[in-house]
Amino acid sequence: MISMIQFSDVLAWIHQLLSSCMAPWLVFLIELVVASVAAVVALLVCVIIMVYMERKVAGHMQLRHGPNRVGWHGVCQLFADIIKLLLKECFTPTRADKLLFVVAPVLSLCVSLLALAPISWGPGLVLWNTNIGVLFVTAISSMGVIGILMAGWSSNNKYALMGAMRSGAQIVSYELSAGLSIVAIVALAGTLNTGGIIESQANGWWILKGHLPAFFAFIIYIIASTAECNRAPFDLAEAESELTAGYHTEYSGMQFGIFYLNEYINMGVVSMVASTLFLGGWQPFYLPFDFGWAHAFNDIMALKFMETWPAWISWVSLAWPLVWFFGKLFLIIFFMMWFRWTFPRLRIDQLLKLEWKYLLPLSIVNLVIIALIVVLGLHF
Amino acid sequence: MENPIVTPSELKTEEFVVNIGPQHPATHGVLRVEATLDGEIIKDVLPHLGYIHRGIEKMTESLGYKQSIFLTSRMDYLSAHINNHVCALAIEKAAQIEVPARAKAIRIIMDELQRLTSHELWWGSCAMDIGAVTPFFLAFRDRERILELFEQNTGNRLTMSYIIPGGVMNDVRPDFVPKLKALIKSIKEYRKEYDQLITGNFIFQHRTQGIGILSKEQAISLGCTGPTARASGLSCDIRKLYPYDGYEKLDFKEVIDYGCDNWARYVVRMEEMNQSIHIIEQLLDNLPTGDYRTKLKGVLKLPAGEYYQRVESARGELGVYIVSDGGAKPYRMKFRTPCYSNLGAVKPISVGMKIADLMANMATIDLVIPDMDR
Amino acid sequence: MKALYNYLKEVAFAFVSLANGLLLTLKYFVTPWKSIITENYPDNRANPSVADEFAGEVILIHDENNEHKCTACTLCQLACPNNSIQIISKQVETEDGKKKKVLDKWVYHLEMCTFCKQCIDACPQDAIKMTNSYELSCFDRSTLTKILNQPGSKLKEKPKVTAKVQE
Repeated sequence: MISMIQFSDVLAWIHQLLSSCMAPWLVFLIELVVASVAAVVALLVCVIIMVYMERKVAGHMQLRHGPNRVGWHGVCQLFADIIKLLLKECFTPTRADKLLFVVAPVLSLCVSLLALAPISWGPGLVLWNTNIGVLFVTAISSMGVIGILMAGWSSNNKYALMGAMRSGAQIVSYELSAGLSIVAIVALAGTLNTGGIIESQANGWWILKGHLPAFFAFIIYIIASTAECNRAPFDLAEAESELTAGYHTEYSGMQFGIFYLNEYINMGVVSMVASTLFLGGWQPFYLPFDFGWAHAFNDIMALKFMETWPAWISWVSLAWPLVWFFGKLFLIIFFMMWFRWTFPRLRIDQLLKLEWKYLLPLSIVNLVIIALIVVLGLHF
Repeated sequence: MENPIVTPSELKTEEFVVNIGPQHPATHGVLRVEATLDGEIIKDVLPHLGYIHRGIEKMTESLGYKQSIFLTSRMDYLSAHINNHVCALAIEKAAQIEVPARAKAIRIIMDELQRLTSHELWWGSCAMDIGAVTPFFLAFRDRERILELFEQNTGNRLTMSYIIPGGVMNDVRPDFVPKLKALIKSIKEYRKEYDQLITGNFIFQHRTQGIGILSKEQAISLGCTGPTARASGLSCDIRKLYPYDGYEKLDFKEVIDYGCDNWARYVVRMEEMNQSIHIIEQLLDNLPTGDYRTKLKGVLKLPAGEYYQRVESARGELGVYIVSDGGAKPYRMKFRTPCYSNLGAVKPISVGMKIADLMANMATIDLVIPDMDR
Repeated sequence: MKALYNYLKEVAFAFVSLANGLLLTLKYFVTPWKSIITENYPDNRANPSVADEFAGEVILIHDENNEHKCTACTLCQLACPNNSIQIISKQVETEDGKKKKVLDKWVYHLEMCTFCKQCIDACPQDAIKMTNSYELSCFDRSTLTKILNQPGSKLKEKPKVTAKVQE
């Protein structure tokens, strides 16, 4: 890999180029704006793919085609929907709290975009390389409930209020086991930095080399994060058959669109965290052995054969970590969609029972075992 | 100066009223349920009817007996054949019309197929009320097969007006029996998928077991019938108690469960589907030949008097009460529809439960709104 | 210990039962060519999956000589529960001087029809039938009121031979 081009080289080259012709503060400003816009755009592209994927997955699981009218196999359906949402009136109910009603969707969008900052997309490709990365994500993602509560309260609608209250109880509870399963991996990796966690998995993903407890932590994290995203079977905040549309009952037009977008951004962020922690982020799949064909397999995975190629072709290898990163991202998202279109919804007391009686004790026991593994040095 | 600190005894919670319906995804129609809630817990339920009242009973008074039958398809549109059947039976009883054996067999096959479609749709919508969307599509796939058979043999898919006084409107197609045999085979396959997806599902079982307890005494005093009452241990299958059109010759079980909860109602309906398949299979191999209807006069007149006939609809006991003054039009035609009585059970089984349970309760009682309002 | 065993058993049962359902939806997802049952409706107009027996719009049967069998007896009109049939007849004089009632207009109000087949059942001549057309919606309500007898059509004369046999 040494001779091949790295993202850090590219970024350093861009930085040099800008510094050569501009004042340092301007360079900083431009880099800040360009980097964040790039991250948001990348995420929005993911969201577009996710929405299309959700519709197709739902369709095929429900013996339907899914969207197949607008464009080739309905790929343009989402754009038609966005145009529709933009053209619709953003209706505010008369007795609503007007300020909070308008602020709520924007706030929840901001919160979910903030959680994007410490995510490591590729080697050296990270917006904010901080040593509290994972902690920051967990802290920010628990703030998402404020937007939902705001929306529910300000709508002056009983369905919306009930949805928001449910969502509050749900997110506060599930934060715990999600946090504990993150702590398990942090204990294994010994760092909170997302890049550091990914690099610690260079000889195998944590889900494989962390023994059974890491696998349990992964399952608990997937369940808890599905609940945190208000996805079915934990979609009590929306609960279509009970509360019509839950906290966004009164929203229309693009304000509703933002809530919709928000749901997918949350899913994206949660899946990115899951792939970072458990599935090795942008690390390709390496076999943790060192003999004959396993060695050859690892070499292929590390793109060793490209080293002899001309430099202009080895640019292609830049995309390799990204392929793995997005592949894992969409794999986890597929799992969440799969759950949504299979399971019935839980009741509110069952939801809390699941967390406090099952997931939380299990994840505490799990964390203790992981701590023992780390202390005794049993992991690979 | 007043103490600004609020003690817990001063913190009050307030009950509030939520209108579920008339436009709501869970009511599957225009029923309005006024639910008084304390947080998530239901304190009171008050159903309001009348949003889809079409005056079917009054309309029959200005139509002839034959024409009234097509109106009955519109009451419980999910068991149109059975609605037509009760009306035809009452008229036959009053006018003492003999029905050919073939017509009787076809009627029973259609009734049981109709019960299958109704229960399949109920299964889908019940799962949807509990939060799973995919079963709804599975249910529609299987129901579609039966509706295709209806379309081929009766001409219509939903409101058939096929069973008429004196027999059935037209004979079944020659390929009816082989097609039905293939259909029964595929329905049995599909039933396994139902169990795989929903019956065995842990979440679904926990959502239904022990929820919505309707005791036998309550079921009797509220006049509940059909699977709703049979799940409370009440034997009330009209096909067994007051057999009509040859049900007495067929071998089938009256499905009774003593669980009294939503799960029991679910199990009873699922088992009833098996029994329906069993009934159809008995008739298929020896479908009587001969006439499919007795030709009647153009204008049917019933002798003056009062007549009552009941059948087992997909939702319970469906009765029709005809008062005739000897003319060509009924003096009064009153329907005793199962959903109207079963709706009474919603309040006693929902009070004290969570709001999500109200949806599950309404789903397992299997309410069809036009059947209540008529 | 028993409690812990039951606890773990419940967790295991939950996972197995949920995995069962997941397998079914996965089966549908990976075999769309087998499982998809919906039709691409406006595209498959050429061969719709509608049975010939499907009871759609009522038509008056005309043969190649533009003759129909309707004797204007109004039985269908009487049988119709929705008054969607109006038979307008006229008196004409035949060659031998007798007055005869013939069909002038067979008015069909499609907007009121519920496709209950009572008219077909009532017709003694089998003059009307139902087609299996199902795309009956239109933009103008007035087009739903139709006159079913074609212009210039007349009653089909009964063949003399069969008349004799009946006598």
